[in-house]
Amino acid sequence: MIELKGIRKQFGDHVVFDGIDLSLERGEIIVIVGPSGTGKSTLLRCINFLETPDAGRLTVGDLSLDATTATREQILALRRRTAFVFQNYALFANKTALQNIAEGMIVVDKLPKAQAHARAREILERIGLADKADAYPASLSGGQQQRVGIGRAMAANAEVILFDEPTSALDPQWVEEVLGLMKQLAAEHQTMIVVTHEMQFAREVADRVVYMDQGRIIEQAPPAELFSRPRDERTQQFLRKILAANPIA
Amino acid sequence: MHALDFDYMLGLVPILLGYLPLTLEMAAAGMACALILACLLAVIRVTRIPGLNAFALLFISFFRGTPLLVQLFLFYYGLPQILTFLIAINGITATILGLTLHFSAYMAESIRAAIVGIDRSQTEAALSIGMTRGQLMRRIVLPQATRVATPTLMNYFIDMIKSTSLAFTLGVTEMMGATQKEAAGSFLYFEAFLVVAVIYWVVVEALSWVQKWLENRLNRAYQR
Repeated sequence: MIELKGIRKQFGDHVVFDGIDLSLERGEIIVIVGPSGTGKSTLLRCINFLETPDAGRLTVGDLSLDATTATREQILALRRRTAFVFQNYALFANKTALQNIAEGMIVVDKLPKAQAHARAREILERIGLADKADAYPASLSGGQQQRVGIGRAMAANAEVILFDEPTSALDPQWVEEVLGLMKQLAAEHQTMIVVTHEMQFAREVADRVVYMDQGRIIEQAPPAELFSRPRDERTQQFLRKILAANPIA
Repeated sequence: MHALDFDYMLGLVPILLGYLPLTLEMAAAGMACALILACLLAVIRVTRIPGLNAFALLFISFFRGTPLLVQLFLFYYGLPQILTFLIAINGITATILGLTLHFSAYMAESIRAAIVGIDRSQTEAALSIGMTRGQLMRRIVLPQATRVATPTLMNYFIDMIKSTSLAFTLGVTEMMGATQKEAAGSFLYFEAFLVVAVIYWVVVEALSWVQKWLENRLNRAYQR
């Protein structure tokens, strides 16, 4: 179970959000939508301390910590329980696809190298890149790089995978293969929180869609309900705009 | 004007080559020590360790801001007058010390730039899977920074090889010192210094080949 309670983050004088509460069950898939600059990515980054929250309580599995008093060990433990998929893939440029996936298992989980590589090969198989094991990121397409990025997150065996606009930096022709892989993970009941503008994906895959605007969670509901009967004025406006541009089936 | 004395020049080659090992040893020792010191300085600068950072800045500023020859004289002729236990410092040690301090100041800045230049998102990715800062440095940042810094560092090494010739001003008979002695005996200055110039040139050219090979190797991971 994941639980965020009273999370606050500010940059200088600018309060991005204050008092965010959000919780999800194991195996649940949440999609966060909302206009740009409302703090969706920052919230996601706070969940594994890529940004340090200024206040609030985070619970991930058996670990619970207070943002203001979190120790180095707690932060490392939190990061082991979460995995992150970046908008720009952020693969290690000096490592092959296989090594990118195996790195955390070797360095963080201290698995023997042979075992880590065997697991990494299984993951490469699952993400459909078994033939790219020895390819370096620079020789992979955007879609392939992002699949390796997801593979690296899968390898972490985390309670939850956090996806930060995983398809936004992709050329259109690669978007489907990445979303396809995410759907595959969803079908396996991988707990995930996804920040995305892909409404079709949200509708098909999410258990719950969270609408965020100006640092607040305005409303959250199963996709069928949120998309067809948004309650708040702001949600209605946002959906009208974004669905006019990208209609969903 | 007289014709070049080729026989003399040919005869000089093996004599001067006999001093090449000393030249290369001083450069290699200087490079090894300078690399270690430069990495330390670079990490201090990147992590801005309070106090040490100020010291690193001062160190780099001084050793970049003064001529190598002045530094060598300072260590060899000057320091032993103040720190009397250094009276026994010989010219070779003083040269290696001077090369180390002088070049580490330059190298620290290029290593620092290489570290800072590594895409920040890779740092975040490493932290996101639970790596510590140390693991991040060792496994992700430094290997990539090495590749970025290698061409510049090789250039400093080449420069260092040539700079060992200054050791002759400290009374060390290395290749340049030997040339000076030979020339003084034969009065064939042009021939003698031409020979030593060509030897330095050939050594540096050979190193440039090594440099190219090394760069190609290090770049393998980054080719599309």
